[in-house]
Amino acid sequence: MPHWLQLMLESLPTLLWAALIFTVPLTLLSFALGLIAGLVTALIRLFGPKPLVALVRFYVWIFRGTPLLVQLFLIFYGLPSVGILLDAFPAALIGFTLNIGAYTSEIIRAVIGSVPKGQWEASYSIGMTWSQAMRRTILPQAGRVAVPPLSNTFISLVKDTSLAAAITVPEMFQAAQRIVATTYEPLILYVEAAALYLALSSVLSALQARLEVRLNRYGGFLEANA
Amino acid sequence: MIGLSNIEKRFGDNLVLKGVTVTLDEGSVTALVGPSGGGKSTLLRCINLLEIPTSGSLRIGDETLAFHPGGKVPAKDIQRIRLQTGMVFQNFQLFPHRTAIENVMEGLVTVLKWPEPRARERAMALLEKVGMAEKADAWPATLSGGQQQRVAIARALAPSPRVLLCDEPTSALDPELAQEVVDVLGQLAREGTTMVMATHDLRLASKIAQEVVFLDAGVIVEKGPASVVFDNPERARTKRFIASLRQEEAQKEAGSGV
Repeated sequence: MPHWLQLMLESLPTLLWAALIFTVPLTLLSFALGLIAGLVTALIRLFGPKPLVALVRFYVWIFRGTPLLVQLFLIFYGLPSVGILLDAFPAALIGFTLNIGAYTSEIIRAVIGSVPKGQWEASYSIGMTWSQAMRRTILPQAGRVAVPPLSNTFISLVKDTSLAAAITVPEMFQAAQRIVATTYEPLILYVEAAALYLALSSVLSALQARLEVRLNRYGGFLEANA
Repeated sequence: MIGLSNIEKRFGDNLVLKGVTVTLDEGSVTALVGPSGGGKSTLLRCINLLEIPTSGSLRIGDETLAFHPGGKVPAKDIQRIRLQTGMVFQNFQLFPHRTAIENVMEGLVTVLKWPEPRARERAMALLEKVGMAEKADAWPATLSGGQQQRVAIARALAPSPRVLLCDEPTSALDPELAQEVVDVLGQLAREGTTMVMATHDLRLASKIAQEVVFLDAGVIVEKGPASVVFDNPERARTKRFIASLRQEEAQKEAGSGV
């Protein structure tokens, strides 16, 4: 067996373990929480009172306008100076969640706005309240349009979790770095890490495609063939 | 009975309805006709409060609601009125992510909290009434415009409203598809459904409506039995408008080779 293959096989369990207990949970948790943050932010921007709108615009402006790595450093290394001491994993989770929230809020705001106004009126006309119309009519249709852009964000997030290595989270990329430190084989280990990230995002792309097929079964908005 | 009393509607500086008072009897069919921008749609939308009148009062059955400039109408009151009305839109506005029967069930299940089997049964009966029973499980996108509008009529009727409001129900349809919608609405009229429809379609109006209200520039110019307003209008303004509609219709028919 060639040396490179042997090294890859030997290190594979360590990398997979790191992915399983850090990369994947960090991705799923911060995406789920970020999506909630994004939905709340989007609803405030669309329907909220003015002062709150200003506040959430400020939030989106800051978190979209500064590098994710810098945000993570501020939360993990910066906040202790003001007495807020966080473990590495929660710090990373907070950073990713806030970042994802800022990006997805823009997506959600746009897709909610893309549902024709007549759908609100049709919902009201059968007696629905605002929140019933939102839940039963608007969000399901907006959700369908949101899948491709949200998948983009999700796939970026899987890869961006490697930044957590810089704030000492022992996720997959950091596991690779550690093995490099003892074996001095950066090319082999980093190719292996890259391949694993590629595999993860490929799985997500495949899931996205299946979800799109499922959600497209009813065709698009109806205005076009009205 | 439905009563509108001195209804005004203002959009910014634009006074679209200038004190409209009209009473519609239970079981009657009323056509709102008039030029575009005359306030037909707005008046219709003021009945189910998709637009909140600036002032005036509205009565549907036993529910009465008065409006004041700058006053906010409680959501509960809006809800009370809306549950007494059903609306059919020009562009159908079916829910595209629900099948035909789910569209009809939606108000019963979500708003009236009916158990699903009971809602399904009523929805099926209504789809049968509009001749769409065999398409119950079809997605709206796979239906023709006329079929979509028939499903939309069933959806509007599902919660047993006191009045069915139709906003240009046939004007997004070509003549053949419009005919199937006219037939369904005609049948409902014969069964005693109270209806108010804003329309440009003389065929629809003259076939179904007993009463005609001619609305121009936000005021009622003339109202009366359909036979009188269509064939023997009192006002010159009405006469001109009916003549222009007739001409348009004749041109359309000549153009489409019917």
